[in-house]
Amino acid sequence: MTDLAFWIMVALTLGSALVVVLNKNLIYSAVALLFTLIGIAGLYIFLWADFLAGVQVAIYIGGILVLILFGIMLTHKIISVDISHTSIQRTVGTFLALLLIAFLAWVVVRTPWLTSPAIEPQGTVTAIGRSLMTDYLLPFEVASVLLLGALIGAAMLSRRDS
Amino acid sequence: MDQLSVYLLVGVVLFGLGVFAIMTRRNAVAVLMGVELVLNAANVNFIAFARFNGLAISGHIFALFVIVLAAAEAAVALAIIINLYHNFHSINVEEASSLKR
Repeated sequence: MTDLAFWIMVALTLGSALVVVLNKNLIYSAVALLFTLIGIAGLYIFLWADFLAGVQVAIYIGGILVLILFGIMLTHKIISVDISHTSIQRTVGTFLALLLIAFLAWVVVRTPWLTSPAIEPQGTVTAIGRSLMTDYLLPFEVASVLLLGALIGAAMLSRRDS
Repeated sequence: MDQLSVYLLVGVVLFGLGVFAIMTRRNAVAVLMGVELVLNAANVNFIAFARFNGLAISGHIFALFVIVLAAAEAAVALAIIINLYHNFHSINVEEASSLKR
């Protein structure tokens, strides 16, 4: 049963990622990206990363995807049917991407990965919160400054005439 | 499903698809979606390695920072794309050869 759920998540992730990449209609691509992100959140749950799964849904789906949809809507005239877009160099691109995937998959399969066993935790929120406030306090603060910078920068860049 | 390589292979395929989108898409927003796929592939790898190495919480922290960076990157990229659209009336990355009109 768990196995089945896992493979459904994998199929959802990869299948909708394929739609994201190949679909001509940009809106369809964005909606397929939604399902890819949901599938990845599911994979996080299988990897015992409960907090990360929540963050994935909240920030990626609730924030970034909505932002992307806004981007699509704002850069196309809604009335025009031309929300489609074509690809360039599809043959070469397919060849190179398949080559890349095959090479990386070969590396993954051939490498003897070192693993160490772990017991399933009750939840990772406590541990993450503790690390963020102790070992990773400086990156945490830098990240907040970066977010502020990105906020101001994005607002400034998208103004009509500055 | 309790094997590291399965998750790594999922990450590999996601990464390949993202790179394919970055290489072949003409629309800047679609290129951005490819970048998001690549970042997600990296995140899957981070969390898979964390899970299979005695639940190292640093992997989770790193993935968290990647998500934060992805959010900032998406906001700035979309601001640039909208600016591009105002200047060129198109977001075809092939036509955008300069940042000024």
